[in-house]
Amino acid sequence: MADSTESLLETPLGALHRELGGRMVPFAGYAMPVQYPLGILGEHLHCRAAAGLFDVSHMGQAELVGANAAAALEALTPADVQGLKPMRQRYALLTTEAGGIFDDFMVANFGNRLFLVVNASRKHEDFARIEAALPAGVKLKRLPDRALLALQGPGAAAAIAPLCPALAGMKFMDVAEVTIAGVPAFVSRSGYTGEDGYEISVPAEQAEGFARALLALPGVAPVGLGARDSLRLEAGLCLYGNDIDETTSPVEAALVWSIGKRRRMEWNFPGAERVREELANGTQRLRVGIRPEGRQPARGHTAVHAPGGAQVGEITSGGFGPSLNGPMAMGYVARDHAADNTALDLMVRGKPLAARVAAMPFVANRYAR
Amino acid sequence: MAELKFSKDHEWIAVEGDVATIGITDHAQQALGDVVFVELPELGREVTAGEACAVVESVKAASDVYAPISGRVVEVNSALADNPGTINSDPAGAGWFFKLEPSAPAELADLMDDAAYHRFVEDHA
Repeated sequence: MADSTESLLETPLGALHRELGGRMVPFAGYAMPVQYPLGILGEHLHCRAAAGLFDVSHMGQAELVGANAAAALEALTPADVQGLKPMRQRYALLTTEAGGIFDDFMVANFGNRLFLVVNASRKHEDFARIEAALPAGVKLKRLPDRALLALQGPGAAAAIAPLCPALAGMKFMDVAEVTIAGVPAFVSRSGYTGEDGYEISVPAEQAEGFARALLALPGVAPVGLGARDSLRLEAGLCLYGNDIDETTSPVEAALVWSIGKRRRMEWNFPGAERVREELANGTQRLRVGIRPEGRQPARGHTAVHAPGGAQVGEITSGGFGPSLNGPMAMGYVARDHAADNTALDLMVRGKPLAARVAAMPFVANRYAR
Repeated sequence: MAELKFSKDHEWIAVEGDVATIGITDHAQQALGDVVFVELPELGREVTAGEACAVVESVKAASDVYAPISGRVVEVNSALADNPGTINSDPAGAGWFFKLEPSAPAELADLMDDAAYHRFVEDHA
């Protein structure tokens, strides 16, 4: 509809997206570029070959300050936050009392504070949930006046190095507070593409100039939400609301690695009972990668059947992998059908499409370990 | 010279003698983005005007392609299986989808000519 973008929020880069020819679509309440003139396929391949710049300013940023901030956050997540070393970042889940996933997020230890990045679609709920659980002396400080940009791809580190030599020394999941092209920034060496790269938080009022400085670097092109989705799916990474939600547990979602070892002794996080039971006895279903045979994609909500038989699961994300050069999906299947290479039928438009359970990532990660 | 008409679902149809060739418009391919897969109708299938009879999948999503008029499918562009990107690069030519033998040629009168289609696209932009 012509007026569907009118009530949407804008990131600090809205004008720049339009200037670059971005096709704006509604996403999590924001007008966001789904693609630029290069197109999803071209942007995806460019990111894997050189470097892509993503605006992820719609995501929620906040700081948690206070002497016991890490312990306070552990009341809401099974991650080991207290064991997170200074200037390191970790992937974590907020869990529900029933053992579902309230959100997934990144937590970084900047020494004097924790820095959180949560999903755009969940930020209000997340921050309210965190605030409600904080003891005296620990404060959540929302950072709505900061933009977030991601520079991703095998050329990202070399491209940005001249603007800030210190970035080159960072390893995957390191964080730093630095000045890049004159702009004070919180940086992590991480991303949502499977590639090496950085996620960079900068003051909103300096975001456009900063983005222009990055786009002027050799090999850097803007990448929209469309390619962001195909890149993360090739990398086997979950999208909250599609692949994980309040009904899926960390065990079903194959995200047990995000649960700290100490936390698996203490069992003092929301939903610990369910997680403990599932780790002991297994789950009914598991999140797996699925590769359809041939070239036809199967999209989210496609029913998954045993070959010629009953339904055993459902696809939660599916599409075409430009670097994989073939269709790919992830979804939940009954445990008996979750082993790699198990044959499945995907019911696409009423017809079975042959597929197999496949290991993820579909395209190898290239993090700066 | 074939008579070229357009549907509100952004298909084009070129009728030459008793065969109608159907594809999607340049506007449609731009809106879809990069096409990665096409499902074409079976030969001999009888379709009615407005019936979904092919599917075009872009990186982003799947979309139906409708028969602009009724008829019997007499040929499909099987070259698209290996080169679906032809739909993006040459939507009005080598990117055609299928050919029909019209069963009710009078239905063509319900479709738009070139000028009307361009107005339609602008009005719905």
